[in-house]
Amino acid sequence: METSLNNTPLADVHVALGAKMVGFGGWNMPLQYESILAEWEYNRKTVSLFDCSHMGEFMIKGDAVACGLDRIVVQTIVDMPVNTCRYGAMLNENGGVIDDLIVYRKGPEDWMVVVNAANIEKDAAHFRAHLNANARFEDASFKTAKLDLQGPRSRDVLKVLVPGIEQLTYYAFGQFQIAGTPCLISRTGYTGELGYEIYCPWEKCKEIWQNILDNDTVKPTGLGVRDVLRVEMCYSLYGHELDETISPLEAGLDKFIDGNKDFIGRKAVSARPPQRTIGCFTSTSRKSPRAGNKIFDAAGNDIGVVTSGTFSPALQAGIGIGFMSRHSKEAGGQVFFGDEKNKAAAIVAKRPFYKNGSLKA
Amino acid sequence: MEIEENFLYTKEHEWVSIEDNIATMGISDYAQEALGDVTYVELPEEETEVEQFEQFVSVESVKAASDIFAPMGGKVIEVNRKLEDTPGLINKDCYGKGWIAKIDVRDMDESTNLMSAEEYRNFLESLH
Repeated sequence: METSLNNTPLADVHVALGAKMVGFGGWNMPLQYESILAEWEYNRKTVSLFDCSHMGEFMIKGDAVACGLDRIVVQTIVDMPVNTCRYGAMLNENGGVIDDLIVYRKGPEDWMVVVNAANIEKDAAHFRAHLNANARFEDASFKTAKLDLQGPRSRDVLKVLVPGIEQLTYYAFGQFQIAGTPCLISRTGYTGELGYEIYCPWEKCKEIWQNILDNDTVKPTGLGVRDVLRVEMCYSLYGHELDETISPLEAGLDKFIDGNKDFIGRKAVSARPPQRTIGCFTSTSRKSPRAGNKIFDAAGNDIGVVTSGTFSPALQAGIGIGFMSRHSKEAGGQVFFGDEKNKAAAIVAKRPFYKNGSLKA
Repeated sequence: MEIEENFLYTKEHEWVSIEDNIATMGISDYAQEALGDVTYVELPEEETEVEQFEQFVSVESVKAASDIFAPMGGKVIEVNRKLEDTPGLINKDCYGKGWIAKIDVRDMDESTNLMSAEEYRNFLESLH
């Protein structure tokens, strides 16, 4: 194992629980506890707990526009009610995606920005470079742990520990306590199921993890199934569907972009009409597409590349996300994935693959 | 880690059991454990001629695809069609119901290139 990997506060707990550990985004993380298929089943039908303490949290204080935050992120933030959060991204001057992120409005001039683990350093540097002198910025990533409780039973479990949590609506959050420890809890997630993200102090994380797992309904779950769940929902993963060379319009982020404000990268994005578009497709067999596979049209022409692929337990078939030329994205259309020698048939699908999630329950 | 005593093994973690010139093969317990849930097996056509250690099967788990190599050269005479619908048999019973293919062996001397159960056990220990 690489010695340079960071550990979350729960690394030894995962090992003690029998998890298979793996390096992810510079972090030593649990891949699976039991098996990916068993953990998938449990998440979609019951409730699972994920350690997501590797993700980054930045605390920013200042007026949205005056401090520069509004110009850094592509989504609208000035009209956000306090205690709500909003998904979006930040771009470089060339219009490529530096990271996708969620902005939390904790107070009129009090913000938390949640970013991807692998990007913490470069994102922090970008904020420091582009926030104005009147902004206060703190990278709180190594003080803030995050636990995701996801699944149709998550509310039933959490309401026992956190009175009032039932009132939280989708993409809203609040300040609560678990076993006397202050936690910020939002009704958000990355699985397509009803769920919560719980931000707590690093040193209290073990205690809160245990408090939640004391409920026998909850099982710990690894990052392996998290990736399957997010591909079934067609959620983007940085480094796959998003990176600094990919235009947010090609990646399908247009609906999160505020066209009425100025933001870094805006000119470059407008100047570069999308050449390709993100799409998804379902294998006609159990054979799964894999990132890096080529995509071909029915005539055998190379029309794109797979960015994420997995077996979908929900569909009992392989599923893939990828960039395709713009004319080839009609749902129901025939495509192939693989390489020149070995092609497997697939059908262009409508997102998401998994349509029965409890997300908005 | 379970190792079937009377089988022979490859460094790529295939097992083989040879009886009357017919080699029945599959992947070892170590391999199925490392792969995780098997979701798809791309089986070879029957009658295909394969060389020893030639890739002839692909086994997919949720997150990855792995090449499987022929432990003995010869003609593929039968494949386990049950794996088409229930590839998880490889996880449940890798040395039994999860067998993958039967090969009519061309040259029995090739078995000297394989490991005994004892040698395979030592080989696995050397990996850690």
